Amino acid sequence: MPERARKIPIRCEVNGQPVALEAYPMARLLDVLREELALTGTKEGCGEGECGACAVEMDGALVNSCLVPALHAEGTKIRTIEGVANGDCLHTVQQAFITHGGSQCGICTPGMILAAVNLLARHPRPTAAQIREGLAGNLCRCTGYIKIFESVVEACRISERAE
Amino acid sequence: METRIIGKSVPRKEGREKVTGRARYVDDITFPGMLHGVTVRGQAPRARIGAIHFEGDIPWNEFTIVTAKDIPGKNGIALLIEDQPCLAAGFVNHPEEAIVLLAHHDKYLLEEARRAVRVELDPLPPIFTMEESLARKQVIWGSDNIFKSFLVEKGNVDAAWLTADYVIEGTFETGAQEQLYIEPQGMIARASAQDGVTVWGSLQCPYYVHKALTILFGLPKDRIRVVQTETGGGFGGKEEYPSMIAAHAALLAWKSGKPVKIIYDRAEDMAATTKRHPSRTHHRTAVTRDGKLLAMEIDFTIDGGAYETLSPVVLSRGTIHAAGPYNCPNVRIRSRAVATNAPPHGAFRGFGAPQSVFALERHLDRVAKAIGLSPEELRRRNFIQEGQTLAVSQVVREKVDVARLMDRAFELSGYHAKRKLFDAQNRDSSIRKGIGFASFLHGAGFTGSGEEYLASEVAAEATRDGQVRILAASTEMGQGTNTIFSQIAAETLALNPDQIEIVQPDTGNVPNSGPTVASRTSMIVGKLVESAAREIQQKLIQSSLLQPGYSPMEFAEAARQFIERSGPLNSFIKYQHPRDLHWDDERYRGDAYGAYAWAVYVAEVSVDMRTAEARIEDFVAVQEVGKVINPVLAAGQIEGGVAQGIGFALYENIVWQEGRMANGQMTNYIMPTSMDLPPIRVFFEEIPYGGGPAGAKGIGELPLDGTAPAIANAIAHATGADITRIPITPEILLEMLEAVHA
Amino acid sequence: MRSYLPSYEMQAPGNLAAALEIIAREPGAWQPFAGGTDLMVLLEAGKLPHRRFLSIWNLPELRGIEVTLEHVSVGALTTYSEIQRHEILGREFPLLIRAAAETGGIATQNRGTLGGNIANASPAADSPPALLVYGADLELVSASDTRWLPYHDFHTGYKQLRLQPDELIRRIRLPRARIWTSQFFRKVGTRRAQAISKVCFAAAARVENGRIADVRIALGSVAPMVLRATETENLLRGESPSPAVLKAAQEILAREIAPIDDIRSTARYRLRVAQNLLAEFLETVAH
Repeated sequence: MPERARKIPIRCEVNGQPVALEAYPMARLLDVLREELALTGTKEGCGEGECGACAVEMDGALVNSCLVPALHAEGTKIRTIEGVANGDCLHTVQQAFITHGGSQCGICTPGMILAAVNLLARHPRPTAAQIREGLAGNLCRCTGYIKIFESVVEACRISERAE
Repeated sequence: METRIIGKSVPRKEGREKVTGRARYVDDITFPGMLHGVTVRGQAPRARIGAIHFEGDIPWNEFTIVTAKDIPGKNGIALLIEDQPCLAAGFVNHPEEAIVLLAHHDKYLLEEARRAVRVELDPLPPIFTMEESLARKQVIWGSDNIFKSFLVEKGNVDAAWLTADYVIEGTFETGAQEQLYIEPQGMIARASAQDGVTVWGSLQCPYYVHKALTILFGLPKDRIRVVQTETGGGFGGKEEYPSMIAAHAALLAWKSGKPVKIIYDRAEDMAATTKRHPSRTHHRTAVTRDGKLLAMEIDFTIDGGAYETLSPVVLSRGTIHAAGPYNCPNVRIRSRAVATNAPPHGAFRGFGAPQSVFALERHLDRVAKAIGLSPEELRRRNFIQEGQTLAVSQVVREKVDVARLMDRAFELSGYHAKRKLFDAQNRDSSIRKGIGFASFLHGAGFTGSGEEYLASEVAAEATRDGQVRILAASTEMGQGTNTIFSQIAAETLALNPDQIEIVQPDTGNVPNSGPTVASRTSMIVGKLVESAAREIQQKLIQSSLLQPGYSPMEFAEAARQFIERSGPLNSFIKYQHPRDLHWDDERYRGDAYGAYAWAVYVAEVSVDMRTAEARIEDFVAVQEVGKVINPVLAAGQIEGGVAQGIGFALYENIVWQEGRMANGQMTNYIMPTSMDLPPIRVFFEEIPYGGGPAGAKGIGELPLDGTAPAIANAIAHATGADITRIPITPEILLEMLEAVHA
Repeated sequence: MRSYLPSYEMQAPGNLAAALEIIAREPGAWQPFAGGTDLMVLLEAGKLPHRRFLSIWNLPELRGIEVTLEHVSVGALTTYSEIQRHEILGREFPLLIRAAAETGGIATQNRGTLGGNIANASPAADSPPALLVYGADLELVSASDTRWLPYHDFHTGYKQLRLQPDELIRRIRLPRARIWTSQFFRKVGTRRAQAISKVCFAAAARVENGRIADVRIALGSVAPMVLRATETENLLRGESPSPAVLKAAQEILAREIAPIDDIRSTARYRLRVAQNLLAEFLETVAH
């Protein structure tokens, strides 16, 4: 087998913790997270950047980790679903997903929650249109999105009340 | 009936795991020393298999290689029959037939190896359409390509044509549809002659997989164990196919002596796994001048693909639902499932009914138009009443009032005002609006004597600290099984839902409650859960350890004492078929289902005349369901089902090339995003059904039946186009619009 | 993931000069890799023809948006998200904003770059028609040279570019001359988000005294490359929008474009829709 690449060292920060690992430069960030770091919360739904199940935040920007080569993770700050809750204290979005039916089978949920959290960081009081657009890159086959929207609206309501 | 927990939106039982990413799906699980497995497929629709060459610069001695001759038992994936090979030997009959399995610890090298296997295939002439199959252009299955056929008769159809004022015909087609659960299929297996076979995976029916493996390996039942992992959507797509993957993973594990994981990527999942059966329906309907149905003659054909799998049962449900919630004295339904050289089609939510109901509801709008009645008036004059008989001669024993559901749906959607408004506004507009509806029913549970045949079982056991464990084979895949069962048990036992544990479905631990399909889980299995819980309660009360009106703490104390004194506190319930349900399998008539859910759905659409893109602007779904056990979960089921129905109607088109799905990527197989869906407004009515827990009927599949025809009727209203096929792609609609306005 | 990872090399030089030196030394040996939204899809499918990649994602010289009195120059590595956030682009180049907003979802827009989109040369790309309407220029750099090329001369056929093996796209320059009285962008895709376009139509017109003094029309997904419908433009120049003018323009358009049947749509549909979008554009121009 023709081998060219060697694994390279990658240093980055994941969920607030410094990480040093080795990976092939074009290994998918998705696989690095799931396999090298055992962070299996990020999911593969399509491997083509269409479904958003693999979404994570990289330096604050939502990205599809199935399309990010490991080399590009060097020096970045990454947040996965495992980094959304604060210890045992769930994020308002997570809490709302539980009470308002935003999660059914749950496979799209990690990516969807990342997308929602990212949306709220950019638009703390999003309009209905902004919510739809913000989540348009995350496919859900179970819910028809209705209760996902309701969960995001609920999370906003809770946050607003807390202010 | 006053209930404490049933009827409340108790939060999803496994919700916390799902929102934190801690829920464990099959690909999240690894075992030490585990190998990965891949499948080498034939890629010819029909051929004789010749030599297999292992080429390329691959260290083949490192690989575990499995072919048909490695199968210890029978080379067939047992379902209704065993005609589908686990691994093709001699011949392939569709382009995705598995021929060789490979395992290795390096999953990237495995893909290189997969590419380096060359199978010699000597082509035979294939057939791809239902017409070719019926014409027996080639006979590829059995003696005549027909997996199954039915004839349903009521009254005397032939006499009615002569006395009818109008006879209206129509032909309708539906395409294949991919279930597109966001979690692709996968299995992990451990297998050895010493330890037997254990598989873990994404699946709906643990005991289906169990049965398939016992036959494949020729092992006794207690040597096979099937465990369901958290399952990321199923919709029927994981009813039967998991048996195939489980077999493959297990064979590799058997031969290698190591655990083996097979996970399909999206491309392979789309290509090789089952899809909704394409269909073709011909209607011939006799009506009187004032719109009374005199006779319905229905011819219904579905394309089963290369092997029988579940086609007879899909055909059955499609046949029984083909004539809808109407009172028609004379009915004949002829139906058949036929073979083609495509990967076998299979279960997808609705299971034959979405196909036949699309045809019926679209046809009735056309019938109304032909005789000068409104679509609404035609329905109103024919809705079935209590005491009348459905097409299979089942006497309706429910106090159903579909006309009232229809009126409510119209009120909620503003149907009448909108219909008038759109008619007035549309003439010169580049955006034309329409509003249409469908009225329908869906039977819950297995057909006829099916539930009796399944003979489902549920067990329950109490623990020393007052928890009650429910042991059932019903799987959670998002629809809410765990939560619903907890609510039912908690209600019955006067406990809190978090005192109920739903045991992970594992054939080593749970009895066979039947498959998680056919809208049966809440109604049939839920009723068994209720009984199992009640029996535990009765045991405690009869042993005088508990008085009625007890608190949860008192229950815990009583349970502890019972166990210490008398041993295990458990119950075991077997399904009892209602004595008043009678079904004649030979003549295909009688009580097809214990209960039906009834519904009227209204779709408001806008069509951009420039691009022929249809958009759903508003959707109202009204249904009578017996009892809503959990409002958030129930609404979630309808909303999600309507979304899939919108996909079925407008977006989900499979491009077939020589029996292969050419658009098998999510980029090109289009399911709706959050930007494509309207508000979906869901309303429930409740007429409790005695056979269901707290009166609940099944609802999981209902929304797939009425959504597409409501949309088709709305588009027909908006544009005048005589829609007879789905999906209604813009390409097809544009041509129809040009024809209408020419 | 169907590719054998050990076969794929990627290096990430720290600055543009280093990158250009590498591709000057071994022209054609290293495939530039920006955000990866196109190339990684091919890698996953096992269909990526290249084996050695030059990551340009972090090159500072390829980032940034520079505004002068006459031009806005967008660095090739500018992402669709960055394009949408830029105030002057938003005010003066609405077609480009629309195109960026309709390219994939937010996660794609955070990684997809304008330069990457141009270099990938898909005939279905959404930003290129907007760039054609605005008369964009490309700055192409090599280790030894810098040159400017009008974007409308850049594509010569299906995935054929006037880009030398030792060159990278550095900037996309847009003239700020405010000459358009109406602008129109419409992408007709397979659905409302995350869709590859079936027809992409970008146009701008300047109307004076009821006549079309100037017009530019560009389309995607109806030919082997994105194109300017120059013959249609020529017919429309000087005319007042009317049903007769529209009909004549639609006939010419039908001859200028070459839509095909493919997995997403049909030639017939694309042709009709392109003609209908022309009509929609002219309606906006007339009002």
